[in-house]
Amino acid sequence: MRLTCPLCGPRDRREFYYYGHEDYLQRPGPDAGPEAWDDHLHLRDNIAGEVRDLWYHETGCAQWLVVTRNTVTHEILSTELVADRKKKGVRA
Amino acid sequence: MRYSGWKVITQGLLGNKGWTPAWREPAPKAEYDAIIIGGGGHGLSTAYYLAKNHGLRNIAVLEKGYLGGGNVGRNTTIVRANYFLKGNQEFYSHSLKLWEGLEAELNYNVMHSQRGLINLFHSDGQRDAFARRGNSMINQGDDAILLDREGVREHLPYLDFEQTRFPIYGGLLHPRGGTARHDAVAWGYARGADRLGVDLIQNCEVTGIDIENGKVVGVQTSRGAIKAKKVGIVVAGRSSQVAAMAGMRLPIESHILQAFVTEGLKPVIHHVISFGMGHFYMSQSDKGGLVFGGDLDFYASYAARGNLPMVEHVMEAGMTLMPMIGRAKVLRSWGGIMDMSPDGSPIIDKTHIDGLYLDCGWNYGGFKAVPASGWCMAHLMATDQSHEVARRFRLDRFRTGHLLDEEGTGSQHNLH
Repeated sequence: MRLTCPLCGPRDRREFYYYGHEDYLQRPGPDAGPEAWDDHLHLRDNIAGEVRDLWYHETGCAQWLVVTRNTVTHEILSTELVADRKKKGVRA
Repeated sequence: MRYSGWKVITQGLLGNKGWTPAWREPAPKAEYDAIIIGGGGHGLSTAYYLAKNHGLRNIAVLEKGYLGGGNVGRNTTIVRANYFLKGNQEFYSHSLKLWEGLEAELNYNVMHSQRGLINLFHSDGQRDAFARRGNSMINQGDDAILLDREGVREHLPYLDFEQTRFPIYGGLLHPRGGTARHDAVAWGYARGADRLGVDLIQNCEVTGIDIENGKVVGVQTSRGAIKAKKVGIVVAGRSSQVAAMAGMRLPIESHILQAFVTEGLKPVIHHVISFGMGHFYMSQSDKGGLVFGGDLDFYASYAARGNLPMVEHVMEAGMTLMPMIGRAKVLRSWGGIMDMSPDGSPIIDKTHIDGLYLDCGWNYGGFKAVPASGWCMAHLMATDQSHEVARRFRLDRFRTGHLLDEEGTGSQHNLH
């Protein structure tokens, strides 16, 4: 499996650290309450198919990526820098 | 038909013409008292104990493929009770006791072999942690022996003790740990359940769960609607999809775990060896193949096959630990889809829907749990109460903070 980093180009999967679903970008406020935090930390749609998740280019440019990929075929569909999304004002 | 050595001899003399199918192939009825979704190890043992311990007779197991075709047929067959935390300990201890009587119970040879399991340690700190774990296992009533380096050498003389990265300081021996024949466990429970009147329905995929006024009333399947007042979801590997049919979102992320087997070799490895620091473990099957594996591939996946970096990592760890296996040829590798929970421990609990029960989140420890999981899930479905040894496997423990984080790695699903 190879991921295309928007900054570094196509790279081996071993350069990246997998964190989890892009839900992690939507961190609840400190007073959001236990349900919101449970939802954020533990509950997952866990889709068999197309998902978007967070990968960290650990041994490359040290940027966080949102990777759109298929969990059944391992196909990588697109990659985007989290920083770029934030600039565009996209909230996950 | 009751199986015995005598039967094997007489059937052998009679040309093996008298064997009958181990279970029936019934058509689904319109209604059952209880339905188990999932004909794997856990689903079949749940059905068996519902019939055996609780006297239910009108039960169906619905399986979308064939019996035992999921993770119970895709694991590395290790059976152990070496857990540390209260909540896990009593459960796996109960499970090991059931394993020890399983062949007599089921009249089926599951090839349970208590060959001993050795967890290696590589530092003073790790020795302390393992001593503590061993004491805790002994307090629970199970067995553990702390071995120093020479003690390990007596059992496993072929390891590379002086490797530079992780020199071996010793190991924790769990003599009652071992392996079993994975398929036979599924088949034994299937046959046992069938003999108690359970309908095992294969090629029957559940496509919907019918709920009225907060109560479960039945399921929709590829072979028509079936009514039932009690439905158990026992489909680890696909738990999120089936639970979504009931509108639930689970604390589960699916990950891929690879395993490997070599060509058959003469008996050489007599234990189950676990090399935690290198993410590697190995045993030898009765057929002679070295069965081994490592850690998750670490990214969410439903592919039932892994990627090459983990293959390389596992082979490297194996070569670090026991260079003698270097010339063995790997026959095949495969991947299983793991229900990873945020604390590495399973869930056996009611849901917010009356009559709907959930058994899932087995991470990569599901095989050894097959007997106790079925025992406790059956107890829950029959009595509406959690069994004593499974009462901490609650669905809401992540929200309430009552975690069972055996490895202490936090709430990220792939770190357990």
